[in-house]
Amino acid sequence: MGLGQSSDRREFSATKKLKQVMAQHFQELDQAVKRGSPKVAWCTSVGPAELLRAMGFLVYFPENHGAVLGASRKAMDYIPVANALGYSPDICSYLTSDVGAYLRRETPLVQTYGISGVPKPDVLVYNTNQCRDVQDWFHFYGREFKVPVIGITSPRGVEEVTEAHVKDVARQMEGLVPTLEQVSGTKLDMDRLRHVVGLSRRCSDLWKEVLETASAVPSPWTFFDHTIHMGPAVVARGTQEAVDYYEILLKELQERVKNGVAAVEEERHRLYWEGMPIWGKLRDLANLFMRLHSCIVASTYCNSWIFTDFDPDDPFHSMAKAYTNIFICHAEGWKEDYIERIVNQFQIDGILFHDAKTCPNNSNSRYSMPQRLQKRLGIPCLVIHGDLNDLRCYSEEQAVTNIEAFVEQLEEN
Amino acid sequence: MNTKGEGRIHGSGLEKFFWAGVDVGASTTKAVVIDLEATMRGFHVQRSGVDYAGGSAACLEKALEKAGVSLESLSCVVSTGYGRYNVPMAKRIKTEISCHMKGCYHYFPHAATIVDIGGQDCKVIRVDEKGRRVAFRMNRKCAAGTGAFLEEVALRLGLDISQLDSLARRSTRKVQIGSYCTVFTSTEILTLIRKGEKVEDIVRGLFDSVVQRILEMDPLDGTIVLTGGVVEHNPVLAEALGERLKTNVFIPPHPQLTGAFGAALYGLEEDRAG
Ligand code: SF4
Repeated sequence: MGLGQSSDRREFSATKKLKQVMAQHFQELDQAVKRGSPKVAWCTSVGPAELLRAMGFLVYFPENHGAVLGASRKAMDYIPVANALGYSPDICSYLTSDVGAYLRRETPLVQTYGISGVPKPDVLVYNTNQCRDVQDWFHFYGREFKVPVIGITSPRGVEEVTEAHVKDVARQMEGLVPTLEQVSGTKLDMDRLRHVVGLSRRCSDLWKEVLETASAVPSPWTFFDHTIHMGPAVVARGTQEAVDYYEILLKELQERVKNGVAAVEEERHRLYWEGMPIWGKLRDLANLFMRLHSCIVASTYCNSWIFTDFDPDDPFHSMAKAYTNIFICHAEGWKEDYIERIVNQFQIDGILFHDAKTCPNNSNSRYSMPQRLQKRLGIPCLVIHGDLNDLRCYSEEQAVTNIEAFVEQLEEN
Repeated sequence: MNTKGEGRIHGSGLEKFFWAGVDVGASTTKAVVIDLEATMRGFHVQRSGVDYAGGSAACLEKALEKAGVSLESLSCVVSTGYGRYNVPMAKRIKTEISCHMKGCYHYFPHAATIVDIGGQDCKVIRVDEKGRRVAFRMNRKCAAGTGAFLEEVALRLGLDISQLDSLARRSTRKVQIGSYCTVFTSTEILTLIRKGEKVEDIVRGLFDSVVQRILEMDPLDGTIVLTGGVVEHNPVLAEALGERLKTNVFIPPHPQLTGAFGAALYGLEEDRAG
């Protein structure tokens, strides 16, 4: 019973292909660094990756590395190293894990993908649509590698994304082009950009479709599976490989739904996860929810890589719209409407808010949203205190007791 | 004791008609034995120590002894608390959040806001008039506002934890202690000592700060019920909370045992439900 047991999660046959896509992504980057071509751009996870790909860059995502460090629990070795350098334990623990790993010259990527290390950047491109931390994070590397750091400052906390917001962001994106042309040595080819945006749109539509299979009762997969299978949507959107991958995964999920295969045996409760994953505890939490016959069927986090605004016929404007229309950029009212839609669509019985100590941006419990939603939707909400990567901020005992009590409440009421 | 015979007298149809709850908390383990009428027949409290399995068995044995009930006449043992998975005799496991709610509702069967202050954490549980949980919350990671906090500060003041209640009652002057964090609080106390504040006023300030921490978790309205070991030994806390909220604060009998009692009630209810 309880924690520490091996995961009983049902594996997907698509996982083999997933590993190939991820390995290819890192190995191509590694080779590019060794050859000096193509150039490598580092990009924020919800940043203008399409523009970078279209201009011939291979794209590396430090946030993905942050998640890898969290999931492997290596983060706990590295965060203190960055803390000692003056990067506070209160700021993004992706940043502190990643910077700490860099200072130690270590990365699990070496072992996992057989590459020589984190691929060195030729340029760093951020978007502050998620937070300011990414900007400071990228500037650290800009100073280290002495390469240009360019970016977009996005509107935050908006009730509605207006045409004025979109035009501003689109203009900023266009403004990146001269520097990118200089670094890559290639002119922007609009047809190529349209093609890449088209591929990203396809990937995003498929990602949406695979996530929506969890609206089936019982659900064929859980949030914990989503966090694994979202890899290509993050690091390889804009490529054919990502599209191919989700087509395979979609088939497998549809097959599970058709056969009534449940990710959680005797699924009794359907939950929503609001906030960042607790990367170092995914397995333990997956097992806990399995034991409690509760399936986390949807999350804000995994939905964040659905960009339905991409339009190959209008690449800059639609990229600007897609990257500004994300959940995190909106005000509370919009976020509540969004969660309500998902709760209805996925027949959700309760909402878990993860208040991640070092990511206020993805912690939506801090302005009384759980209390408002509980009243509005008539379903219980629970706040769990933890963090994405910094396990010093997480009390397993408290979290487990809270989650078990939450499920007891669902059962009794 | 002829348990079967007594069972027939009660006409319950149940062969075994005693139920036990074992609450393995961060500081103390509590065992409670109840009968068919949910009357507490015996209980025992001891330090949790490091051997939860052995400790909980010994604690239950003592409670049974006091109740004059044999282990065989127990229909069901329900465990709760931090060590709930380490109670070998437990047939069922429930979180302390549910058990405190169940135990309180037994004595106060109406809508209420329950505040449980334990050794390591503090919980606020809202119950509706039917005894259904509406919402609950646990304190954040810091120990401020818990028994551990009081213990730590008592140690700093060179006091025994058992002196706190009577000292606080002698207070004549309000002093404010504002920090979230136990370490910061200790520093604040040093400042107060330096300023010449009296120890009884500081201790009363400590209880007021525990109240403040609780009010930061929940606005606390309606009927307030206070449970847990801290209030059992420091009833002044209920007075401090009542003063602050300008309302009566209710305490069930043996508030330290509420979790274990609630656990036993779960067992009884389940058997009654068949
Ligand atoms: S959004 Fe949160 S997790 Fe992501 S980079 Fe910013 S602070 Fe870190």
